[in-house]
Amino acid sequence: MSTHAARAGVSAAAPTGRIDWSPYMAGIGIGILSWIVFVVVATPIGVTTAASQVAGGVAGLFIGQEAVQANPYWARNPFRLDYGTLFLVGTFVGALASALASGRFRIESVPTVWAERFGPSAAARYAAAFVGGAIVMYGARMAGGCTSGNGISQGLQLAVVGWTFLAAMFASGLASAAIVFRR
Amino acid sequence: MISNATPPGLFLAVVFGAAFGWLLHRGRVTDYNVIVNQFRLKDFTVLKVMLTAIVVGGLGVLLFVHLGLAKWHVRDANMLGVLIGGGLFGVGMVLYGYCPGTAIAAVGTGSLHALVGVLGMIGGAILYAYSFDWVRGNILSVWNLGKVTLSDITGIPPLLIYLGLAAVAIVLFVILEKRGSGR
Repeated sequence: MSTHAARAGVSAAAPTGRIDWSPYMAGIGIGILSWIVFVVVATPIGVTTAASQVAGGVAGLFIGQEAVQANPYWARNPFRLDYGTLFLVGTFVGALASALASGRFRIESVPTVWAERFGPSAAARYAAAFVGGAIVMYGARMAGGCTSGNGISQGLQLAVVGWTFLAAMFASGLASAAIVFRR
Repeated sequence: MISNATPPGLFLAVVFGAAFGWLLHRGRVTDYNVIVNQFRLKDFTVLKVMLTAIVVGGLGVLLFVHLGLAKWHVRDANMLGVLIGGGLFGVGMVLYGYCPGTAIAAVGTGSLHALVGVLGMIGGAILYAYSFDWVRGNILSVWNLGKVTLSDITGIPPLLIYLGLAAVAIVLFVILEKRGSGR
């Protein structure tokens, strides 16, 4: 891996000077997958509705099923093994399979770009991940979906909600990165 | 079409999810460094994957809807919700370094910090469920444009918008590749 690539925190998949087609191929693949899900199961790709259901299931372990069912949000989105939650299981399995098949499965606690800015402490990294994860999910539910459900699935339908999400997400992300990483 | 509530539909959920997870990994967007560097404008992989998916997905879905093989699934444009939610999402995505879909996939590739963030996402979803009544009354209901598309609000036919998007995407990708933008 060249020093430049190492500093950028990017794992070099192709020598510099050649086009790396993998993002485009993945994009085409996800686009085609969208055709398939629209036609075959009439269920656009999405993640956060199912994630909310899972959260309800987790909450039930602590506060009991009745309390969960009494919650107005979870009453409408109860935890069950349905298409959405099984899609999440599949996502995990597919990525695991791809990582193993390509020999790129690797336990990672502190990624390069984080370490360059904040040092090697896993505790610090985990704290940011936990807080970031909470904010990402809260924001996604308020927006009605995340990058998959809103950005891609609504975006590809030219939905105003999808494109507004993309604009707000990128603007906020660019500003946040400028502050957090000081570029 | 197969109902997503029947056993074949549930089986397909895992298959389609696995395809999604596989593609996310192969497109290298399960890598914290790649995602964060997108927001630092040092790596345009995320943009390439998403824009390609939207253009390819959108043109195909348009065709299939036109052929009567698929339906649109456009969601309500709750403008206040999507703007605030999208803004929060951008902050969270920079802190976490993943969105919900890539996070789940990243866990499959061995990312421990992604896994910690999944706990955070569950926390965020629980927070949302508890604040849902307030959010629904004070944010989601405030400025809802309904299930509108860019075509609805501009009067431009969808096909022209898709072709315009495709042209912008191609020009953008050519510029990025010529610059050697970083994958």
